[in-house]
Amino acid sequence: MTSPTPPEARAPQPLLAVQGLTTEFRSDEGSVRAVDSVSFTLERGEMLGIVGESGSGKSATSLTIMGLLPPRGHVVAGSVALRGTELLTLPEAERRRVRGRRIAMIFQDPMTALNPYLRVGEQLVEGPLLHLGVSEREAERRAVALLDRVRIPDAQARLRSYPHELSGGMRQRVMIAMALLCDPELLIADEPTTALDVTVQAQILELLAELQREKNLAILLITHDLGVVATTCERVLVMYAGRVVELAPARELFARPLHPYTAALMKSLPSLDAAPAGRLEAIPGLPPQLDRGPFTACSFAPRCAHVHDACKVADPPLTEAGSGRLRRCVLPLSRP
Amino acid sequence: MTEPLVPHEPSRRPSARAWRRLAQNRLARISLGIVLVMTLACFLLPALLHLDPTTTHPAFRHQPPSAAHWFGTDGLGRDYAARVLMGGQTSLLVGLVATLTCVVIGVLYGAVAGYYGGRVDEVMMRFVDFMYGIPYMFLVILIMLMFSESARGNPVPVFVALGLVEWLTMARVVRGQVLTLREREFVLAARLLGAGDFRVIVRHIVPNVLGIVTVYATLTVPTVIILESFLSFLGLGLKLSWGQLVSEAVGVVNPLAFFWWLLAFPSGFLALTLLSLNVVGDGLRDAVDPRGQR
Repeated sequence: MTSPTPPEARAPQPLLAVQGLTTEFRSDEGSVRAVDSVSFTLERGEMLGIVGESGSGKSATSLTIMGLLPPRGHVVAGSVALRGTELLTLPEAERRRVRGRRIAMIFQDPMTALNPYLRVGEQLVEGPLLHLGVSEREAERRAVALLDRVRIPDAQARLRSYPHELSGGMRQRVMIAMALLCDPELLIADEPTTALDVTVQAQILELLAELQREKNLAILLITHDLGVVATTCERVLVMYAGRVVELAPARELFARPLHPYTAALMKSLPSLDAAPAGRLEAIPGLPPQLDRGPFTACSFAPRCAHVHDACKVADPPLTEAGSGRLRRCVLPLSRP
Repeated sequence: MTEPLVPHEPSRRPSARAWRRLAQNRLARISLGIVLVMTLACFLLPALLHLDPTTTHPAFRHQPPSAAHWFGTDGLGRDYAARVLMGGQTSLLVGLVATLTCVVIGVLYGAVAGYYGGRVDEVMMRFVDFMYGIPYMFLVILIMLMFSESARGNPVPVFVALGLVEWLTMARVVRGQVLTLREREFVLAARLLGAGDFRVIVRHIVPNVLGIVTVYATLTVPTVIILESFLSFLGLGLKLSWGQLVSEAVGVVNPLAFFWWLLAFPSGFLALTLLSLNVVGDGLRDAVDPRGQR
């Protein structure tokens, strides 16, 4: 790597520091603010969950970090630093050396994420050949070892398979192996289990957790499924309408949500512990149109069960809520 | 998805499935056979049978087909079978080379336009529209005239002219495909791995359009052949091709002596080849995209 890394001894830099990240998309009706002042940090060996419904800005956040926003999107403000190196202003050529090498990403649909015309092996060796300067044989050897590790049976033979010959769970394992072949420090997993059935989901999540421990990997797990983050993540970031509404350690978040949106999300989840008591609660209404502000009210106010006058006159700031928690709500801490 | 885990089962490329579907299409199979036989005949028979298309025999002018001269002789007493087969060589070669030219140009041009999209696409495709707007015969004749008189009958200007005219459709087809392909997640996945634009285009996008490119290339071959024949007919084409032979034959037709073999053999071969290539192309299209079947 030629990118300058400041001496870590002097000021320990977090692995990933996202600060006030704001991303907008141009549309025919003007700009849409998909990510609004999002901040968080992530350390090696940590798994952070980002939860929110469709359109809450989860995926836009991850694509901004990777620097692969579609042409309509652009970063308006904020910073993304990897061990102190600002990524947003890095020239594209150096950016490419970060992508796949230091930050890898897997996403939702393993059916479409593999090139149907290339053998699995040809796709797996691409990363090592691009980044590690190893021979094709060495790259292949590593690929087989990692396929083995993600529990793909008969790994050597699978190199010759085409994606359509593998099941969904297998393909997601191949994607995970592909992402980890260059030993990245950070893995962004964007809805990695959404397209899979429940038993396979559990296996993949377990695999991710194992790999995280083994390789001291930082994982950013993006999902709309609170159940997924509950079992795997240490900390959870809840997003609504492009903004962070709550950040808390997973256990505490589930024990006592401090934002009405988080609380409502939990009530909409089926539980195995409690006997099914009638219908699950849905959150009324739809997420708001994303606009650019200035906000004159809480963006969740129209759907909030606890809304009162204060919510409609000013946009609540993100405030400390004790024990490393943050939330964006004006209600007393005991209320939601 | 049937058995996802059959160890050591030979893997089939997606294109292999298309070939299998093509093989099940009887008409396409026969047509492919005709094209192959025609190609082999044109390229091998003249050498094997020591046929001579150039020596003149003034004593044997305008002989009808016979055992000595299967297709008869022409106005200078040259063996017509040799001339038709040699003419086939040039016609088929023109078809192939000009098509390859237009595949290379069209695929790269279309892939770049589709992949970058936006303004790049806009400018590149407006240029294609502009080229479409010029009558292609005018364009071809212009290019032909740019080469010197001595180059007349030389294959290079013909290849250049035909390739330059025919790549437009290929570029449009490829660009349309790439526009949808670039939104596919495997393209994003490749970029997430740190692959650059060139690598993404060549390694991930182009293989995915090769199916449709094969189809259009197969359909381009007959188009190019007939274009060349037309040029020959106008006296701008190659020295010895099917089109050239037909043109000569038409010249000597008169009510008193209708030398039918002069017209029948080259135009029959030409028509048969064109028809077969078109049927193969249609069959390929159905094989590559079975949903498009009527």
